[in-house]
Amino acid sequence: MDNIIKVLIAKPGLDGHDRGAKVIARGLKEAGMEVVYTGLRQTPEQIVRSAIQEDVDVIGLSILSGAHSYLFPEIMNRLKKADRSDVVVIAGGIIPEDDHKKLKELGIKAIFQPGTPISKIVDFIENEVQK
Amino acid sequence: MVDNIDQLYADIQRGNENTIAKAISMVEDGTKDAVKLMKKVYRNIEPAYLVGISGPPGSGKSTITQSIVQLWRKENIKVAIIAIDPTSHFSGGALLGDRIRMDKISTDQGVFIRSMATRGSLGGLNSSIYDTVLIFSLAGFEYIIIETVGVGQNEIDIVKLADTTIFVTVPEAGDEIQAYKAGLMEVGDIFVVNKADRPKSKQMVLTIEQLVSFREDKNIWMPPVLATNALKEEGITDIKKRINDHHIYLQENDLLQKNRREVIRAQMINLMEKKLNEKYISPILKDQKFFKHIELICKKKEDPYSVVNELLLL
Repeated sequence: MDNIIKVLIAKPGLDGHDRGAKVIARGLKEAGMEVVYTGLRQTPEQIVRSAIQEDVDVIGLSILSGAHSYLFPEIMNRLKKADRSDVVVIAGGIIPEDDHKKLKELGIKAIFQPGTPISKIVDFIENEVQK
Repeated sequence: MVDNIDQLYADIQRGNENTIAKAISMVEDGTKDAVKLMKKVYRNIEPAYLVGISGPPGSGKSTITQSIVQLWRKENIKVAIIAIDPTSHFSGGALLGDRIRMDKISTDQGVFIRSMATRGSLGGLNSSIYDTVLIFSLAGFEYIIIETVGVGQNEIDIVKLADTTIFVTVPEAGDEIQAYKAGLMEVGDIFVVNKADRPKSKQMVLTIEQLVSFREDKNIWMPPVLATNALKEEGITDIKKRINDHHIYLQENDLLQKNRREVIRAQMINLMEKKLNEKYISPILKDQKFFKHIELICKKKEDPYSVVNELLLL
């Protein structure tokens, strides 16, 4: 029986920079995970539907535009409505520390700043999914 | 764990997306519940019409898939897509990126896209791919597309599951000798030369036409060779029409059932290989003795033929 961790890496909203998301996707693949990457400019609806259909354990949101406080609540709400609040949601990109507390209250499990070693993210995911 | 397989079966049949997605994961992970579910599915469900689409990376498979699905959706036909990408031999992980080019259909309620990794660590086709086809059939999808990168034997095994196989290539894919080599070119029912706005596309169409006209039996299906420009959605209605033609051809010649018997045969072989691997080979691979034998073979003290017989008690 295999138990491979499946992760959705998503870019919500209108920012067009996905170097970071691609590096994370590759890093997680090399750590033995199955990584679905959906590309740029995804709406919360698209992200949540992809997460449901792919039955992922984890969603990684990459955002650089500053619209996290607008887009993340929408994503978390839709997950809740779909009865999939069990999915571990993490975030990365440019997210000011002042906003972290509010985002974590929404249910975002971790926020990784630029410069975070991939191994730290891998460890976090493995730990969370095994719970 | 699932308390009630009949409930699970009914929820899939009702088209509940969470349940369908969970059932596919169960099948991928090979859980005991998945086996119970599939026993019931195999005894009750006819597979939906299955279209395989394959070709080299970057040839336009996902873009073409999206456009064909959009045409079917105009007729209100429900479609499921299984987008397969390779599992890394080194890490066991996979990067599944076909959704990037299916953006326009990702929120359509009549479309279900599932990305899958090939997995299948010890040779042979991952049997969960066909099980997924049956789960989608149970859920009421009328067409199912399996998309896979055409690079090797594993991919040929995947497209052989399909009722109609589309092989997508590009004008620069090489000369006729490369096309004549054995492989995916032999299994295509419809050939597509995509990016046909580029130079040499007519030459590529001619090369493939010559290749398929060499097929021995003149009464059998003559695979059409179509030129498309997927980004501009040119030539897609033609592909859709040819899928339909091929479907009718299979039905009129009683080939649909014959093809499906072949699929069941292949699935049986897959399952037997999987069981044998689990029961006999995997335990040996984990045994310290196995590594000692490798050392001794490298030191010329033993040979693989004798060791294999000893390990398998033959």
